[in-house]
Amino acid sequence: MSRTPLRLRVEPITCHAHGICRELLPELIRLDEWGYPVLDDHPVPAALLAPARVAVRSCPSLALRLDRMA
Amino acid sequence: MDIVSATAGDATTTTPYRMRLLAGWADTGTTAGLAEHHRRYAPLPPAAFAGRGGPARLIGLVESSGLRGRGGGGFPTARKLAAVAAGRGPRTVVANGCEGDPAGAKDRVLMELAPHLVIDGILLAAHAVGAAEAVLCVHEDSSAIPVLAAALRERGATRTPIRIVEVTRRYVASEETALVSVLDRGDARPRGRFPRPTERGVRSRPTLVDNVETLAHLALIARYGDAWFRAAGTDDSPGTTLVTVGGAVNDPGVYEIELGLPIGAILQVAGGPLVPVQAVLLGGLGGTWLGPEFVRTPLSHAGCRTAGAALGIAAVIALPAAACGIAETARVLRFLADESAGQCGPCMFGLPAIADDMDELALMPDHAGRVAARLRSRLAVIPGRGACAHPDGAVRLAASALHVFADDVAGHAEGGPCRWVGQPSWMPVPAPAGRRR
Repeated sequence: MSRTPLRLRVEPITCHAHGICRELLPELIRLDEWGYPVLDDHPVPAALLAPARVAVRSCPSLALRLDRMA
Repeated sequence: MDIVSATAGDATTTTPYRMRLLAGWADTGTTAGLAEHHRRYAPLPPAAFAGRGGPARLIGLVESSGLRGRGGGGFPTARKLAAVAAGRGPRTVVANGCEGDPAGAKDRVLMELAPHLVIDGILLAAHAVGAAEAVLCVHEDSSAIPVLAAALRERGATRTPIRIVEVTRRYVASEETALVSVLDRGDARPRGRFPRPTERGVRSRPTLVDNVETLAHLALIARYGDAWFRAAGTDDSPGTTLVTVGGAVNDPGVYEIELGLPIGAILQVAGGPLVPVQAVLLGGLGGTWLGPEFVRTPLSHAGCRTAGAALGIAAVIALPAAACGIAETARVLRFLADESAGQCGPCMFGLPAIADDMDELALMPDHAGRVAARLRSRLAVIPGRGACAHPDGAVRLAASALHVFADDVAGHAEGGPCRWVGQPSWMPVPAPAGRRR
């Protein structure tokens, strides 16, 4: 597994507020009052990398990504 | 390089004006044709930037001039030029003359009065980055279009072909990725912050998108040099700038001033306040309210930042003491909400929500402070979550209104009737057409 810190990003145009990411990863994702995910900029903790990848794969509009931090 | 002509206007230092871009107009009162343009500024100096190292020398000159973009972002122009010049394959230059913010009129005035300076700037930028094509984007039905078309006809075949493209008159249509999108597929909506157009722009080519005023300054820097450019303005914001002054002043309009001039002096340039002024909206509609300290706030990037504001498109709107800043802000927020491209949730839903909140603050009692608290929590969650900076501008406007007009918020909360609702607006936005939802 890569040691490069990863963080979650959402493509705002692609995201359609399905909310599945929040269901799968409530530790890191909350929803605003309109149902769109609010992410923080911190690296995803190693213990949550597996569910984070599941959340990325499960986004119906492919809007969620795991990015290497610069 | 020599200053070829004293008529670049630096003689007028006894007034706050420092005419460079508008010097020709100040002397003649008319649009400069090509002959007049050449008489005043001499033809472009091709020899100075010819040869293999020429483009790099030009970019170096722009870097040492300290020129920053005049379209709102204030990004160092040389960095953008260098990024595009370093790209692979064919490159494109897009001159942005759209001016989507109704608070600004400077780009239209510049293009109408000094079209050849803009054209010179486009040709120089194309030379600097090695572009074989250039596009000049202007709002559809802009009165600058016939002037620009006539100026291009006067030029005949230019070294880099320039074509004029008309863009729909919407607020976000001239955001740089929206311009790329409209040129590629006719869809004038922002595409997201990455990749930047300097990497992948028009037809996926490295693309320079620069504001037309920025390019006009480039045309003067190429002739007169970096030291000449820096002789006006401040270290952090060198040169002159065009400002659009509106609201409660005697002579609203576009003026050229040295950067760093205090905003109080800028209102004097525009004929002085019409009535006592309590605040100014600085930087455009998605800008920042400044209270009475605006009088001494220097119009420069650093000066605005220190005041908690941003220079933006250098528009200043003076708000009378008798007006209600909350009611006026609500009108502007409604306009900004209606101008959302409707692509990103936080903008599509967030902007109407904060416009509703601001309306409520103006219209209804808020004894428990519930509406103000809800608005503050919304302002905290919206920024940085759109594909472009449109929602961030609306949030900046609303947050600064809560700060500068805190007394009005408190007064309305106690049920004081808003004396301003129903009065004509001082803001350059269309009259509200009633609730749209």
